[in-house]
Amino acid sequence: MGAHPREITKAEHDLAAMFARTEATEVARDAFALFSTMGLPHRRVEAWHYTDLRAKLGDIAPLAKAPSAELVGQVASELDAASVSAARIVFVDGRFVAGASRLSALPAGVRVGESDAVPVWPEVARDEPTIALNAAFAPSATVIEIAAGADVVAPIEIYSYVTAAAQTYARILVRVGAGVRATIVETHDGEGAGAHQKNSALIFEIGDDARVEHIARHVDESAEATHVASFAATLGARAQLDSFALVAGGALTRRQLYVRFDGDHARVGLRGAALLRGNQHCDTTLVVDHAALDCESRERFKHIVEDEATGVYQGKVIVRPGAQKTDGAMKSDAILLSESARMHNKPELEIFADDVVCGHGATVGALDDEQLFYLRARGLPKAEAETLLLEAFAGEVIEAVRDETMQEALRADAQAWLSERHS
Amino acid sequence: MAAVQETVEQVRAIDVDAYKYGFVTEIESEKAPKGLNEDIVRFISAKKSEPAWLTEWRLEAYRRWLTMTEPTWARVDYPKIAYDDLYYYSAPKNAPGPKSLDEVDPELLRTYEKLGIPLREQEVLAGVEPKNRVAVDAVFDSVSVATTFKAELAKAGVIFCPISEAVHSHPELVKKYLGSVVPQSDNFFATLNSAVFSDGSFVYIPPGVRCPMELSTYFRINEKNTGQFERTLIIADKGSYVSYLEGCTAPKRDENQLHAAVVELIALEDAEIKYSTVQNWYPGDSEGKGGIYNFVTKRGDCRGARSKISWTQVETGSAITWKYPSCILRGEGSSGEFYSIAISNGRQQVDSGTKMIHLGRNTTSRIISKGISAGHSQNTYRGQVSAHRKATGARNFTNCDSLLIGDKCGAHTVPYIEANNASAVFEHEATTSKISEDQLFYCMQRGLSGEEATALIVNGFVRDVLQHLPMEFAVEAQKLIAISLEGSVG
Repeated sequence: MGAHPREITKAEHDLAAMFARTEATEVARDAFALFSTMGLPHRRVEAWHYTDLRAKLGDIAPLAKAPSAELVGQVASELDAASVSAARIVFVDGRFVAGASRLSALPAGVRVGESDAVPVWPEVARDEPTIALNAAFAPSATVIEIAAGADVVAPIEIYSYVTAAAQTYARILVRVGAGVRATIVETHDGEGAGAHQKNSALIFEIGDDARVEHIARHVDESAEATHVASFAATLGARAQLDSFALVAGGALTRRQLYVRFDGDHARVGLRGAALLRGNQHCDTTLVVDHAALDCESRERFKHIVEDEATGVYQGKVIVRPGAQKTDGAMKSDAILLSESARMHNKPELEIFADDVVCGHGATVGALDDEQLFYLRARGLPKAEAETLLLEAFAGEVIEAVRDETMQEALRADAQAWLSERHS
Repeated sequence: MAAVQETVEQVRAIDVDAYKYGFVTEIESEKAPKGLNEDIVRFISAKKSEPAWLTEWRLEAYRRWLTMTEPTWARVDYPKIAYDDLYYYSAPKNAPGPKSLDEVDPELLRTYEKLGIPLREQEVLAGVEPKNRVAVDAVFDSVSVATTFKAELAKAGVIFCPISEAVHSHPELVKKYLGSVVPQSDNFFATLNSAVFSDGSFVYIPPGVRCPMELSTYFRINEKNTGQFERTLIIADKGSYVSYLEGCTAPKRDENQLHAAVVELIALEDAEIKYSTVQNWYPGDSEGKGGIYNFVTKRGDCRGARSKISWTQVETGSAITWKYPSCILRGEGSSGEFYSIAISNGRQQVDSGTKMIHLGRNTTSRIISKGISAGHSQNTYRGQVSAHRKATGARNFTNCDSLLIGDKCGAHTVPYIEANNASAVFEHEATTSKISEDQLFYCMQRGLSGEEATALIVNGFVRDVLQHLPMEFAVEAQKLIAISLEGSVG
């Protein structure tokens, strides 16, 4: 009983036709060939068990056009008002646009360039069809180099702005030199862009002793947007990475994170909150690979799900043979606020070394009646009591964000979402 | 620590290769020709003089099986099974239908004596009623050789007999319930079983009856190159209760043997079924040669309101285990439980867990799983908890802990937790660690050897599960755990 020949969906057919019309580089051609052998992921692909991209991507939007000078100017002035940080690297419809960025504000030692030679697979994420698709269609990769010893005090913002209901692809490689301390904020903005389809990849190579904080805001995405966001990171010895994501916008958001410890004694914290309503679907799938000695990882995710929305969390912690003294803890909590809200959890452990402490926990439930009663007995109206409890629930992960300005901004995002519940 | 000392000494006495049930019984047997085709299916059916509907049922399953592919999603790795190179039926000669134990081949009786399974009913001595009596159905390769305490059970209205006999004596029950929990086409191994199932136990507990004794089946694979495909069907009618035990062993052989069983449990309104397994099939030698492939489908259906099904398993044997005893919680307020100890050593591979499917309102389930891996083994817990849209008030608690002994083994946890309505409350926790140096030091400082200390700590680790086993089994299981882990401590 051999493998059945794969049936090509309309979306896959359209993608192939579109790819044929691009001026592809060698990497892009390899990437598309790899994608074609796998096709769009579906339920039978374990990593996509709860998010059937093949079924959800019925129609493929046209590829985004390069932004006109007029559009760039418009975006630049808009961003001056909205952007959180002085130093910003702007992408309009998937393309790096120096004209809308503020590169002069980048600290010394930070350089932004472009490269055609970034390989298809990030070191830690192979055989993921959506990443191959990203490499095939991203016109070129943007490389952000932070030289060893650079002094990066204020956050660097990567601002991804979408203006049309098109497909956009961005591929960003961040090389963080030894000993660097940096905060990178990733903002996705596509309000008014309708049913656009975004595929973004952010790849970190973090040197020894570096300390990186990464914050992703998926708040201002268009309500009809589909976004597959890949995040990959390798860490050197004693390095530290903290990544936080807030998802409140978009119709379908898939965040896939791949982290590997290459050096000993490093630490990673992956955290996030998803606030979902309507028909939103948010899937966070992550793999943390302990390949070195004495590393620590923390994965902590919170979902608040209302209406017909669906939350998905799939986390996998791998401890390789010899990765002794690993300390891993993963936790996913979800509150379902309506009868038809759904939450799927799959926290996985794969352990091949014995001197380890690993654990995971997952909970799903409604708001606690007793807690509500307690607050209402003290005179709070129901809506306010609920808001208070939900704020505290999401706050538990938001407070792990070290950058205070960002922490405030994220809290405000969460509050805004909560206040819409009862309006 | 007398008890621990005793365990350790027993382990030592068993020498290097610890499997003590590895002997072969020299007995003449009658086999079906090698291989599998429609004629073999008809042959098995004819051997058991089955009615036409059942022969057709088997054939249907066989035809379906031909279109299916072997599942590959489990974390187990084994060479391709040559399904055409197996015997699908083997029976000790003259075995079917002995009228009493005196007619049973004495070689067989000796076999069961050696295994410690009493086939002779204990007599009532001088008015002293023996306390813990267990009725046994002994299945040897493809047939049931003896069932004890039948008469006494019949008095209570309990039907306990080989399934091949139930097909004739209670066709209406078999026809109604067979395949109603695990359909013919359920999965590759269950479908194969539906086509060629040999024997197994049939239990029916009438309404309101509390089964007067523990029921048990003892499975033994003896013949070479044979697969064992037993099928067990237990029906607990309204308000009844039964506790059922299952044990298994096989001789040491160099080749791998296939065991693909199906167990179906049905609990009607207010009924309770407690199903305990001590699985000790031959695990293969320390290099991974030989051993049983244990590919089993076990499922219970809580069909009636407030019914309850509880699975307890101690898995120490088999080269490869692929087994997920599950509960379908259909009846309102029904509950399911799964208590498991899975121990792997040597080159064993275990992929086991459970499914709790919440369909009815206010259903509850509880999963306690303890995995222990040692040597070069791989031990995976794979479980699913799901609440249907209409299963309001569903509640689950899951705890799965893994213990690693040595740095060449692996322990993995793959839970799927799916909540489709807001009033479902699911909690899941899992930990993986090794035996802490502090604990070992503490015990050894008080005079225990390293092995004794490990046995003690492991017994503590699995206690939550052991206490759910019937008493005789708990003692047996405790010893088995120590034996399985022999040689795993530094």
